Amino acid sequence: MTAPLNQHLPDPAVAAAQDPAEAGLEAGLEAGAEPTAVTEPHLTRRALASLRHDPVALISLLVVVGLAVMAVFAPELAPRNPLHSFPNGLAADGAPVHPGSTFLLGTDAEGRDVLSRLIFGARVSLLVGVVATGMASIIGIIVGGIAGYVGGIVESVLMRFTDIVLSFPILLFCVALIAITGPSTRNVVLVIAFGYWTYLARIVRSLVLSLKEREFVTAARTLGVSHAKILRRHILPHLTPAIIVYSTLGVATSILIEASLSYLGIGVPLPQASWGQMVAEGQQYFQTAPWLLIAPGVALIITVLAFNLAGDWLTDLLDPATAETRR
Amino acid sequence: MTDLMTDAAPVVDVRDLQVHFKIRRGILATQTVRAVDGVSFTIAPGETLGLAGESGSGKSTVARALVRIHHPTGGSIRVAGAQTGRLHGQDLKAYRRRMQMVYQDPYDSLDPRMSILEAIGEGLAVRGVARARRRAQTEDLLRRVNLPATLTSRFPGQLSGGQRQRVSIARALAVGPEVIICDEAVAALDVSIRAQVLNLLKDIQADAGVSYLFISHDLSTLRFMADRVAIMYVGRLVEYGTSRQVFSAPQHPYTQALIAAVPDVSAGAASARAKLTGEPPDPANPPPGCPFHPRCPAAIDLCRTVRPELRPKAGGQLAACHVAPDEPGAAPAPATPSGSEVTTS
Repeated sequence: MTAPLNQHLPDPAVAAAQDPAEAGLEAGLEAGAEPTAVTEPHLTRRALASLRHDPVALISLLVVVGLAVMAVFAPELAPRNPLHSFPNGLAADGAPVHPGSTFLLGTDAEGRDVLSRLIFGARVSLLVGVVATGMASIIGIIVGGIAGYVGGIVESVLMRFTDIVLSFPILLFCVALIAITGPSTRNVVLVIAFGYWTYLARIVRSLVLSLKEREFVTAARTLGVSHAKILRRHILPHLTPAIIVYSTLGVATSILIEASLSYLGIGVPLPQASWGQMVAEGQQYFQTAPWLLIAPGVALIITVLAFNLAGDWLTDLLDPATAETRR
Repeated sequence: MTDLMTDAAPVVDVRDLQVHFKIRRGILATQTVRAVDGVSFTIAPGETLGLAGESGSGKSTVARALVRIHHPTGGSIRVAGAQTGRLHGQDLKAYRRRMQMVYQDPYDSLDPRMSILEAIGEGLAVRGVARARRRAQTEDLLRRVNLPATLTSRFPGQLSGGQRQRVSIARALAVGPEVIICDEAVAALDVSIRAQVLNLLKDIQADAGVSYLFISHDLSTLRFMADRVAIMYVGRLVEYGTSRQVFSAPQHPYTQALIAAVPDVSAGAASARAKLTGEPPDPANPPPGCPFHPRCPAAIDLCRTVRPELRPKAGGQLAACHVAPDEPGAAPAPATPSGSEVTTS
């Protein structure tokens, strides 16, 4: 769970884990195929089939993949240096240049290329979104897992602490923490992770509470399997669908929080490009240079929407709630 | 009476086992539920003890206390003579290796995300079998439960209920136990498959000499499997004897009613064909006297105030009933402490 960029893609481990319940007798009993060979294509096939009937999901997945590519290959894709103020980037009266053939999305008040800043901004947004969500997931899984499995006083202490963190509005919480730590990309990631793990902790706890009563967990205890092994081998694999779905949605939320913090001037520090901070700068020139606001705004909307829709699609595909009861 | 005596030292010796649960009623008030309240029995090597009773009678709690999923709140459990109190770490692991369990639900007792090799391998790992040798041993175990060795790479979802239950049995055998507890192990299976699994269990017993604690609400299954039978009602044994004694001449009205409810098990001519009405009482709040008296057709005044102890009865078995006639020559009441082994012979 170190937050790989392709978190949103169907993970082979999940596919293998998810599948036995579905594979059924017809797939299993005669052919001597390896389990992965039997099970993995099944989820993939299901995913492809659902995408064929769901253009919205298909587009949102393509957008997510496109964003990832954009972030990784930003230096190759960006037409210009995002930090450089171009002499021809400002009109004679000092106003930003309109979008056109020279600067596809125009320039900003400093004469920098907006398209290039947008492309590099995707890097910041995805990095913060994915790393923060990954860290939040790890904390959430550990806290929720221990609370659910151990129970008793440990559970009470951990979950009350979770409730305390949860009781703050997450943005306010992050603003307060940044005020203490000072703004930097690293601190933004840490602060979002620390504000966001609570949601996953509660989900994981409730799943673990029901999983630990399942007979196969009791059976493993009867065999004499250690608690650590039970958690790793019998509990964690069953949490994967929920974690993947929730992390995908978490990336969208984290990107929004990062943008909000940058908008408030306490996020990713200048001169690094970040969408939130571009929106903040652009709104001053909204009347004369509306593209400065529209370009990063639209980028944010598309990104957040794509992650949310992809998350919805994953929920339907992996269906953690019914997958857990489905056996 | 000699039927009840076991010549060899018992492999399991449970005395006065109590499992009480505290449940919260409101913020401060707690209430004690006596799920198991003073149960004693023994199991000889290679023997099958059947345990029967309605749901909620505490049969599964007995099983779970034996494998230490629940901690007993009183009494003692000896396995192969070794006293076992509260166990931790290596001691608990060693204890569990001697006692294994096959669960009721073949669709939930195997992790759906683990292959058969991994599931049985988990048991082998507990016994310290090296990883390299686990595949071969898993295949051996699958053959022992009459499954093809090629199943190792399958997942539980690809197997039928009967196959899964055989895998569960193989997993229990992987640990090399002396006792296997079968908690309603065939209740979820089709009748035809049930017979196969029961026969398999008997074959394994003949081969390996394991003992079974066979828990079932199905008396015809118990009659087929068990050498001796214990009947439980609201956390206590009400009748305890050899299979022949209990099934041919049940002494306790509850046992008689249970047997009468089974169409293909003919109760002895002497027993009244009692019909069981009403629900078993709440174990948190059992009635005074004999807990069965509100449902008992033969109840007398004594039953409403004094709880009967297990005593030797006319058929030779033990029963906890004021009405059933004592064994001739038995010591006068209340000589026999609850559930102790029979000393008369």
